[in-house]
Amino acid sequence: MSPARGNGTGRGNGAGRGRTGRTESSAPPLDVDSLIDDPGTRIVVCCGSGGVGKTTTAAALAVRAAERGRRVVVLTIDPARRLAQAMGLSELDNTPRPVPAVDNASGGSLDAMMLDMKRTFDELVESAAAPEKAEQILANPFYQALSSSFSGTQEYMAMEKLAQLRQDAEAGRQPWDLVVVDTPPSRSALDFLDAPQRLSSFLDGRFIRILLAPAKAGGRAYLRVFSAVAGGVAGLMTRLLGAQVLTDLQTFVAAMDTIFGGFRQRAEATYAMLQAPGTTFLVVAAPDPDSLREASYFVERLEADAMPLRGLVLNRVARSDGGSLSSTRSTSAAEELEENGEHPLTAALLRLHADRMTRVEQDRALARRFRAAHPDVPVATITARATDVHALGELRSIADELAAG
Amino acid sequence: MPATAVGRDARARRADQGGGDYARRVPAASPSPGSDPAGEPPPAGGAWPDARLHVVTGKGGTGKTTVAAALALALARGGRRVLLCEVEDRQGIARLFDTGPLPYTERKVAVAPGGRGDVYALAVEPRAALMEYLEIFYKLGRAGRVLEKIGAVDFATTIAPGLRDVLLTGKVYEAVKRRERGAPVFDAVVLDAPPTGRITRFLNVNSEVAGIAKVGPVRNQADSIMEVLRSPRTVVHLVTLLEEMPVQETIDAVAELADVGLPVGAVVVNQVHDEVLARGALQAAGRGGLDPDEVRTGLKAARVGRGGEPPATLVDALLTEASQHSERVALQRRERSELAELERPMVELPLLPAGVDLGGLYELAEQMCAQGLA
Repeated sequence: MSPARGNGTGRGNGAGRGRTGRTESSAPPLDVDSLIDDPGTRIVVCCGSGGVGKTTTAAALAVRAAERGRRVVVLTIDPARRLAQAMGLSELDNTPRPVPAVDNASGGSLDAMMLDMKRTFDELVESAAAPEKAEQILANPFYQALSSSFSGTQEYMAMEKLAQLRQDAEAGRQPWDLVVVDTPPSRSALDFLDAPQRLSSFLDGRFIRILLAPAKAGGRAYLRVFSAVAGGVAGLMTRLLGAQVLTDLQTFVAAMDTIFGGFRQRAEATYAMLQAPGTTFLVVAAPDPDSLREASYFVERLEADAMPLRGLVLNRVARSDGGSLSSTRSTSAAEELEENGEHPLTAALLRLHADRMTRVEQDRALARRFRAAHPDVPVATITARATDVHALGELRSIADELAAG
Repeated sequence: MPATAVGRDARARRADQGGGDYARRVPAASPSPGSDPAGEPPPAGGAWPDARLHVVTGKGGTGKTTVAAALALALARGGRRVLLCEVEDRQGIARLFDTGPLPYTERKVAVAPGGRGDVYALAVEPRAALMEYLEIFYKLGRAGRVLEKIGAVDFATTIAPGLRDVLLTGKVYEAVKRRERGAPVFDAVVLDAPPTGRITRFLNVNSEVAGIAKVGPVRNQADSIMEVLRSPRTVVHLVTLLEEMPVQETIDAVAELADVGLPVGAVVVNQVHDEVLARGALQAAGRGGLDPDEVRTGLKAARVGRGGEPPATLVDALLTEASQHSERVALQRRERSELAELERPMVELPLLPAGVDLGGLYELAEQMCAQGLA
């Protein structure tokens, strides 16, 4: 992924819009401590494209907030087993569990959980329908597809869980005063914001309404046409898939309609919660053009939707203490030693350093581009680590770096 | 199969042939694989001579699309015609090959290394696939557009359990089977597939549609697709990094694929950091036992630093970087031995410090050929 690439999609590249000439100094550094120390901060959402380290960032932030006195619950989406172990939990599940290893000297605490999307959806159904009806829905193949593989379900359920956690806290059922959320590993960071809307408009969609009540549609001419089409569709589906499918589908649609009559309102309420004071977004990105392009879209989207963006966390950034020796110079020094057949160790170290500096220089250029395009967005960087997170201490050290900006 | 056998065989074979120049290949028509008498150029597919469909999966962030693209280039070498498909609406292929967004038709995106052989690309899109399917089999004409308008197409492709995947794999299946003038149109099809977490469900279309289609044409279509997917004509390669999470996911996915009878191919280890230091130095670096004076003398000899005096901070920095490198190498070795237990052929691709551009893709394709993947 060289920095020269990344403008071939037609969606445009944030850095290319003419706001050039601004450099690193333009935005204030991201001040994480004042964010988590502010009692007014109730929700921190960590978002970004897949594979950039959102979960680790969320966990590190949650640990730091808890050790600075907040009562925190962190909702992770798909954590590595090691991360759960690092927090002293043998596993994470749909129920928040206390993280014992967190230092509670400042009066804070940390609970951690992992989103079980199907479980969350099932519970939603169980809480909304009579037991017999709920059972019927849970067994329906369309419901099973919706709850386990619909492309927006995980995002919607993450929102739903977030809303539940907030409600538990506000009603005093739980002591939490800060919820930190990780977001699902979508192919695009924007999916998280769009999924609830997509799911609800899908369930409220015209086709569903037609399937639900073809008879009712008789009154108006154009609806009659649709109704005839729906009849045709039903016939086609029966031919393509067999007769049982239509029965299943109608049962499913009818059930969803009674239970989630207010699906759209629900989605809208959750969305409004994200816009309310007390909610803050951190965009997490890795220093590669794809990830930063997604981050740019996200930043623009948050601005457009009046959602409070606190800053960008640039994760896995290459770093070197030997920055005075550039990649080019290091390579030529190594070549010189190799040609003379002397100092093989130093030559090898110079080769290593040259590779390192190539990445450092590249990451720096990418960060510069992002800053030029978004001069008002504070940025914090986290250094690339040689190995995965295994212990709470490593989460603390990541958080230290984050806090240092 | 031992973990490195493929690589060695292929290297030996290529050496015999003087660079693997496959003469007199006719585009769009490959001789039936496996029938070459000894001494003839090997057929496409390296270790999988019968494979026509190469499915590439991997954990998010491991470089699955890059590997799929490089594999397509490698398979196209020597005058073959290869189709590279993506199914996740990401336009990742277009980005790699620096072209505009791919339409729902095959488009030539690259020429194979050496100049003979073509890579075509296609972004498979479920709605378009459904419309095409209905058009071919039911001649719907304008009625199809009405279906689209009232949301029926959206509905079918998003929620009908498994239908989306049948449509996506169905289009790929069609490309594998397509023939013109008695010969397959594509010598090979490479599928940039969904990530490891979803790959088994995605490919196991048969059981996926079981919930809604017990009989009928969709069921039949799923059955035909499944037949090809489970045959030696298909092979599923897994892309991983030498890191804990991706390796664990790879091991899980291999077991899941095997459980449902899908053919697992190679484990492609991407972004491998070269072991730059000799064994002894590596161990010393890990213990912090490298001699700073030796490094300083070396730097002086290379005239690094103002006035020929290398700054102490630079010496420290190089030692720190060496120690981090040794940590990384140790991790790589641990993870590599975990992967070796899978007893699948392994292909290793180097980390390209400057990132993957078009040139980098060709470099990776060369590596794949050299290691017998293609």
